[in-house]
Amino acid sequence: MEPFRKLESRTVVIARADIDTDQIIPARFLKGTTRTGLGRHLFAEWRALPGFPLDGREAAGAQVLVAGPNFGCGSSREHAPWALLDHGFRAVVSSSIADIFRSNALKNGLLPVVVDPTTHSRLLSTPGVRVTIDLEARSIAFDGVRAIFPVDPFSRRCLLDGTDELGFLLAQEAAIAAHEAEELPCTD
Amino acid sequence: MGQSEPRTLFAKIWDAHLVARETDETPAVLYVDLHLVHEVTSPQAFAVLRERGLRVRRPERTVATMDHSTPTTPGRFIVEDAQCAAQLAELKSNCGEHGIELHALGAEHQGIVHVIGPELGLTQPGMTIVCGDSHTSTHGALGAFAFGIGTSEVANVLATQSLLQRRPRTLEVRVEGRLRPGVSAKDLALAIIARLGTSGGAGHVIEYAGSAVRALSMEERMTVCNMSIEAGARAGLIAPDETTFQYLAGRPRAPWGAAWDRALERWRSLPGDPGSRHDKSIAVDADALEPIITFGTNPSMSAPVRGAVPDPASVADPSARAALDRALRYMGLAPGQLLLGHPIDVVFIGSCTNSRIGDLRAAATVLRGRKVAPGVRALVVPGSRQVKRDAESEGLDRVFRDAGAEWREPGCSMCIAMNGDQLKPGQSAVSTSNRNFEGRQGPGGRTFLASPLTAAASAVAGAIADPREWMR
Repeated sequence: MEPFRKLESRTVVIARADIDTDQIIPARFLKGTTRTGLGRHLFAEWRALPGFPLDGREAAGAQVLVAGPNFGCGSSREHAPWALLDHGFRAVVSSSIADIFRSNALKNGLLPVVVDPTTHSRLLSTPGVRVTIDLEARSIAFDGVRAIFPVDPFSRRCLLDGTDELGFLLAQEAAIAAHEAEELPCTD
Repeated sequence: MGQSEPRTLFAKIWDAHLVARETDETPAVLYVDLHLVHEVTSPQAFAVLRERGLRVRRPERTVATMDHSTPTTPGRFIVEDAQCAAQLAELKSNCGEHGIELHALGAEHQGIVHVIGPELGLTQPGMTIVCGDSHTSTHGALGAFAFGIGTSEVANVLATQSLLQRRPRTLEVRVEGRLRPGVSAKDLALAIIARLGTSGGAGHVIEYAGSAVRALSMEERMTVCNMSIEAGARAGLIAPDETTFQYLAGRPRAPWGAAWDRALERWRSLPGDPGSRHDKSIAVDADALEPIITFGTNPSMSAPVRGAVPDPASVADPSARAALDRALRYMGLAPGQLLLGHPIDVVFIGSCTNSRIGDLRAAATVLRGRKVAPGVRALVVPGSRQVKRDAESEGLDRVFRDAGAEWREPGCSMCIAMNGDQLKPGQSAVSTSNRNFEGRQGPGGRTFLASPLTAAASAVAGAIADPREWMR
């Protein structure tokens, strides 16, 4: 995983609430067996509509997506963060982000940034604004505004270092084996 | 474990599976009793194992099935979509390589992952269960802490049988009273989601309790827990009771003999202690519920089947107003219009929400001796091969076929529309599945979520119908 420390980028705004993972990446694009190449199917249905901001000139190179509340609700498909990353996004900003999506995003180096409603509405109303996201400081700054966002300390460490959870879990082997020796419920 | 503090059902399961407690710096390491796997969210996880030279740590705690992208064409198990075929072949080879039990296409117990788990008795009270699928919450109906995970976590569990988790909070949904005739578990689930909203359960495990929940059958409880994720919850849970134990007794993978007695003793100790507290609680009056149908593009946008589509003009919050307006335009509905009688093109009875034998029996009570309305396509897709066999032994397949409905092979089918079963653009469907998101059942398709009774009644009427007018 590519480390995430500090990001400076313009934003792309999709203001809708409850953007579900079926919109982010429709199920018919989940038939592959790799994580790559999903960016071209990102928001496949909406992208075909005129005026959708993703492919506009202003959006070129933007790495921060600002979206309406409850972003990423719905299925557990990790294809959603894979598609966003493959398109070039490194952070998603909203006033709330659905649990499984947030967990999946963190594991892939896509930073979920949950900001207060006031900061959120300012971001929604200024598409294309330049933001600076500093993960070490847990801050997002733009237009003279600076907000602090919450991020799980462990996930933050993983993102800053570019490491994933699996190494940490593998190092728990002794504790896992001890738990199995003690508990082992239910399967006999 | 200290006995002083009264614990909830969730707390008991959580505590019993802690490999390492959480700290400020690190999440808890939680042990996974049962890992369910399917073809769509697992290939990239097995690839991680290959890249790192790892093995599946506990193949005997891992069970795979083919469901999401499998064809449901009657009597045929030929996968015509080359990509789907490749994905299924990869699951087969991954399971072979790692010694994982696989219920492959056409096998005796193949079916939707959340149907076969309970059906085989793999799902048991007090367990932790995960699967790369958000509707894993279904298994909570048996008193298991069960939740959906992403593919990175699938890899973590394959390699370590453990997960990193922050402890969720708990939300009690207490449903008192009794569901009236024609009002089903699906209506209850939709009513709860309407109440909580699509993110009202975020960060929480919902425990469903109260007399109306106790009165539900095991399959009905699965329907309720299945939809927990649609309120944004991590999982749904129902305390195990005699209904649970009777359901499990004699199932192929349930314990038996002395092991059954030991298990039963353990299971009886799981319900929350008197005085145990939830972080939040809401009350729902079962007697007041009516058959419910969604009219919008997320599962919280619903109304009684005899109700009207709300008018965006009456919504104060501008963003909610815009969302409703957008949803109605997508669905082809006018503000204030009655839902009853709205014409439909397709009826889909199936999915991990409503494809069990009880669901099919309910649909059959309406369809028996009647015909699906001209011009309406009705698909009945059993949740598993076992459900299919049971239905056929009762003659339900005849009821459906005689009515003019298609009786298909088991799979996720038109719920996720990966396998060729899908709506055409602009078509409206009454579906017993769990998501009415834009395009969920096919690009441009319009989904109205409802119970099997409502779906069957609507198939006969050719329009959204009140099942109470069609029940006998």
